[in-house]
Amino acid sequence: MTAFILRRSSQSIIVLFIMSLLVFSGVNLVGDPVEMLINPEADQAEVERVIKELGLDKPITEQYWYFLMNAFKGDLGTSFIFGEPALKLIVQRMPATIELALFSLFISLIFAIPLGIYAGLKPESKISKTIMAGSILGFSMPTFWVGILFIMFFAVYLGWLPSTGRGEIGSFLGVKSSLFTLDGLSHIFLPALNLALFKLSSVIRLTRAGTREIIHQDYIKFARAKGVAESRVINVHLLKNILIPIVTIIGLEFGSLIAFSTVTETVFAWPGMGKLIIDSIYNLDRPVIVAYLMIIVIFFVFLNLLVDILYTLLDPRVRIQGSN
Amino acid sequence: METILEIKNLKTHFFTKAGLIKAVDDISFKIKKGEIVGLVGESGSGKSITGFSIIGLIDAPGRIVSGSINFKNEPLLNASSNRMQSLRGNRLAMIFQDPMMTLNPVLRIDTQMIETIKAHDKNISNQEAFRRCRDTLGLVGISSPEERMKAYPHQFSGGMRQRVCIAIAMLNKPDLIIADEPTTALDVTIQGQVIYEMQELCKKTGTALLWITHDLAVVAGIASKICVMYAGRIVEQGSVDDIINKPMHPYTIGLIKSVPSQNKRGEPLHQIEGMVPSMLELPIGCAFHDRCTETIENCKIEKPIETNQSDSRVIRCFNFKDIRK
Ligand SMILES: Nc1ncnc2c1ncn2[C@@H]1O[C@H](COP(=O)(O)OP(=O)(O)OP(=O)(O)O)[C@@H](O)[C@H]1O
Ligand code: SF4
Ligand SMILES: [Mg+2]
Repeated sequence: MTAFILRRSSQSIIVLFIMSLLVFSGVNLVGDPVEMLINPEADQAEVERVIKELGLDKPITEQYWYFLMNAFKGDLGTSFIFGEPALKLIVQRMPATIELALFSLFISLIFAIPLGIYAGLKPESKISKTIMAGSILGFSMPTFWVGILFIMFFAVYLGWLPSTGRGEIGSFLGVKSSLFTLDGLSHIFLPALNLALFKLSSVIRLTRAGTREIIHQDYIKFARAKGVAESRVINVHLLKNILIPIVTIIGLEFGSLIAFSTVTETVFAWPGMGKLIIDSIYNLDRPVIVAYLMIIVIFFVFLNLLVDILYTLLDPRVRIQGSN
Repeated sequence: METILEIKNLKTHFFTKAGLIKAVDDISFKIKKGEIVGLVGESGSGKSITGFSIIGLIDAPGRIVSGSINFKNEPLLNASSNRMQSLRGNRLAMIFQDPMMTLNPVLRIDTQMIETIKAHDKNISNQEAFRRCRDTLGLVGISSPEERMKAYPHQFSGGMRQRVCIAIAMLNKPDLIIADEPTTALDVTIQGQVIYEMQELCKKTGTALLWITHDLAVVAGIASKICVMYAGRIVEQGSVDDIINKPMHPYTIGLIKSVPSQNKRGEPLHQIEGMVPSMLELPIGCAFHDRCTETIENCKIEKPIETNQSDSRVIRCFNFKDIRK
């Protein structure tokens, strides 16, 4: 297990290294780095000074080394708009995005897995067909449009839930989150549901496909032949097997939840990094964009590692291969 | 001796898109308490489906169409699903054919064994259940069973897995074990040991065995009665002595001739001519008629019915040779 984690970690470092090369090339080789990294409103003397400061007059290999060292120290440039380090800006907004993504993941799992299992066990029933039709709807409706509908219906028409902002933030075991206050929960509910909708559909489909495949396996029949109660056959024998693909997909999709929460965050004015990146793109605040890209890459790499570890915990067959 | 299982005119059919498959078509036989009965036939003849019909685990598109199954005088075909569940794994166990697919890959052996006991005895302590599982594993020849119980199925060879399955079937000392090719995955030395253990169990606990196999030689050594199956029907049944030494049905005769030990050294093995027919397009009349050496006109028109030759001997054929005469 330790060997497995070590090996996967070193693979992750290689991926990060390659990504840094790509991001560096993206900013420094494609197009004019001076234009991309220096505030367009700066005057000539300022431009000269920054070129020197950023080392843009040095050979390209040296520049890359410089970029890498700075990135290693956590310096990914300074925002033109806020005049603050780009990394700091993103890290500040990260908890809001992560809590939104986690909560919407939670919503999609508690609904999608039971629905998916039901649809897989009784593929011919009317309820199952309704579930599947509904999941296609969830798949195909644009997020921003559904978000606006939610606001119109729940916030404007019914007036039940607030439509914007993060609400009051509570603290539990040193972790600060709006999940810990009632006001915070009422604020997160609509955006989380909005973000969950897309995942809900894909997890339902995945669970249903897994259920349909596993339920016909001999070991399910054998469990029944042992007289094991049907509830245990489903909740232990079946679920433990379909969790393997679900965890893989969820883990990977969690990254995309974070990356694509931009739309939901913008619609609901949720103060997370997704909203920050949209604002930054709008303002051509390049250092923030670069920093955001790097952060997202690190996030994906980390998630992949986490998924692999979870995977080995769930599937004993992988565990053995990994430790050998 | 008291009858433990009585099957009468059982029909299990599969309603597939390609057509109707009469996997089990009008079979009848009995198993007495503690008796070992062999169910022999070629691949696809309906042996496994017979077993699954008994434990009530026929999946769609299959269905038991008619007939009756009485287990300890209880009609199983009318039993509720709760009742069937409480019998399965407890009074009525089955060992599946393919040991590689039978155990759940993500659950430890101990989990899969202990749940078999706990499903039928809610009050038993974990330690007690564990002890019983360990002892039963030892009984089927798994060394250091206590350690092995912590393992996952993929850490076991096919033969070891089959022994785990055999142990699981034996856990609750059932009245009947349906053993579907239980020793095919084992090597010859272990095969002997496992057969011996199962025989012992039957003697000690009065467990009856329905031993499903395509290997007549194995079953001849342990069973007291043999049913020969062909294309969903039992074509001949009788005591081991009758079937092995005095076969009367042309198919049984062919089968016996093709057992290696029945041949003289150096002689080519006998083989029944022709191919096993597709279950979707069985020949009209006797399903065996285009391979049979004794075919008469009637065989191509009508299906032969079962005729009792003696108390235990039943034959389904128009033109068998009664060699007792
Ligand atoms: N799920 C199913 N759907 C359709 N037909 C089936 C199904 N299961 C079994 N059958 C049919 O039932 C017939 C009997 O199958 P069964 O598994 O009982 O054979 P068997 O005698 O056990 O053969 P083998 O020695 O290969 O295990 C087969 O010919 C097959 O066509
Ligand atoms: S009924 Fe006719 S074809 Fe069938 S086994 Fe008997 S003799 Fe052969
Ligand atoms: Mg079979």
